[in-house]
Amino acid sequence: MSGQEHSSPGQADHTPEQQLGDLERADQKPKQQPLFDEQADGKNSIELSLKLLRAGEAAFDLSVELTLPSSGTTVIFGPSGGGKTTILRAIAGLEPDVKGYIRIKQQTWQAPGVFVPAHQRRVGFVFQHSALLPHLSVEQNLRYGWQRVGGTAAEFVQCVEQLDLAPLLQRAIGHLSGGERQRVALGRALLTRPDILLLDEPLAALDAARRSEILGYLERLKQTTTIPFLYVTHAVDEMSRLSDYLILMKGGRVRQAGPALDVMNHPDAPLALRDDAGVVVQASVQQRDAHGLLTLHSPMGTLYAHGPVHTPGDRLRVRIHARDVSLALSHHTDSSMLNILPVTVLALRDGAGGQALIELSAGDQPEQRLLAKISHASVARLNIEPGLALWAQIKAVALLV
Amino acid sequence: MTAILAALWVTLKLATLTTVILLLLGTPLAWWLARTRSRFKAPLSAIVALPMVLPPTVLGFYLLVMLGPNGPLGQLTHAIGWGSLAFTFWGLLLASVLYSLPFVVQPLQAGFASLDTSILDVAATLRASPFDRFKTVVIPLCRPAFITATVMGFAHTVGEFGVILMVGGNIEGETRVLSVLLYDRVEAMAYEQAHWLAGGLLIFSFVVLCLMQWYGQRLSHLQGEAR
Repeated sequence: MSGQEHSSPGQADHTPEQQLGDLERADQKPKQQPLFDEQADGKNSIELSLKLLRAGEAAFDLSVELTLPSSGTTVIFGPSGGGKTTILRAIAGLEPDVKGYIRIKQQTWQAPGVFVPAHQRRVGFVFQHSALLPHLSVEQNLRYGWQRVGGTAAEFVQCVEQLDLAPLLQRAIGHLSGGERQRVALGRALLTRPDILLLDEPLAALDAARRSEILGYLERLKQTTTIPFLYVTHAVDEMSRLSDYLILMKGGRVRQAGPALDVMNHPDAPLALRDDAGVVVQASVQQRDAHGLLTLHSPMGTLYAHGPVHTPGDRLRVRIHARDVSLALSHHTDSSMLNILPVTVLALRDGAGGQALIELSAGDQPEQRLLAKISHASVARLNIEPGLALWAQIKAVALLV
Repeated sequence: MTAILAALWVTLKLATLTTVILLLLGTPLAWWLARTRSRFKAPLSAIVALPMVLPPTVLGFYLLVMLGPNGPLGQLTHAIGWGSLAFTFWGLLLASVLYSLPFVVQPLQAGFASLDTSILDVAATLRASPFDRFKTVVIPLCRPAFITATVMGFAHTVGEFGVILMVGGNIEGETRVLSVLLYDRVEAMAYEQAHWLAGGLLIFSFVVLCLMQWYGQRLSHLQGEAR
């Protein structure tokens, strides 16, 4: 933890609807670039090769091989029962039945004939149900792991400050709300000086307001700590707000893995087939007018979006939903649409709900993808086929930041 | 009066030592029984529970045979120079440990079985070694079970009679405990002393059970508050 001052008044104001909405604030991410270089050199990275075959009633089949970056947040995303939690538990040493290799930053925690016991692995684990020790106070819970790693008073004070735990310290565990419990659990895990922080759906048991609160804390922590996070979730908003590196899992197998934006925007990603299909682009604020209209610089070209809290220089993550993109054969200057981009049709596929999902390359950069969801009737009327040049229109208000 | 004091001393010494030994041996045994899926669990549980249903004289008879000069235990103790344990305090202690075993193991086993084991995973990720986890998580969370086991083990040892008579006999200051002394006094038609002994044991048992009930009520009240 670098203790870097970090305050962002806008973050706390996000309502859950906005989080699920079109634009996700990604904040400054200086780590973004080195993240993948590090992964390429492989020396510091996290290597997993896990297998578990459980027959019988609770039949289960897990087989994954992953190399993860050793900084930033890696999100494991997928439906329940897909083995996500088992991966975290195996890394923590809580699943002795799982076979394979676990190497974290050049330490081998598991290999054939090697099994470092759980209490000797430098992990922090935040469980779905916080599992605070019920016979101890909040402070005693925080001190439990901290004492055992020989933590310093400064570390303790900093953690308490960072997570606003001071007013809770003397409380009994039974007198905490769900959100407070998870904050304590998060602090308790961070105080064990982990080499990796494992988070197993830490928000799943919380209501919308508490989720948003804890997400804010997580986003801040992400900025100030160098500990890699491995975060398991099945919620789209958590995934798109927190992930730097993304792993899509289903049925005990990795379906896709890579830098978060690449995976989220990949047209074959299971995400693209969902109702909330869309692409995510990294953008920076160029200008902001008196009405809060932002001019954004993005790999797609210039975008206009509404963002009441952003100022020039901010870096954002913008999610453009396929349902907010319409297509035209000619460049209309007489419509209310502010975002009009030249695009070329790459492919047509069937989306959810009997609609067509059109995969487009946007602007002058052929790698930059855009998705549009339109009806099959429109496909026929405009005679849309691969290679066709079109204009994509996105309402600026659909891109709320 | 000196006879009563001597018997009281033997009884307390026996009950205390028995309880301490049973807590030390019974805890790992109860932990194993609570968590194992081994096929030996059923026969082992049955062996632990046997003293509850077996006539104490049966247990005493077999112990006497085993401890005697021709029994396997007797031969062992003779070989290492301890002589025969039958009709000694140490023989009595061995008998009491076996006789009170279920009263210590069963409450502990129930306590361990009701413990949410995920809390141990949590403690492990907080760098607590297995022994550390037992000390700082299992014992505090299973405290009621430990208290019940201690009280039941102690009280039940104070109340034993048949086994003692078979294995230890009636030697003042060595193996004569309060319940045996009572029997002895009744045989000798000394009813006044018998009344004192019987009344004392009755009150002791009643008070112990009352305290246990109160403790249980207070505990469930506290747990209700915490929720």
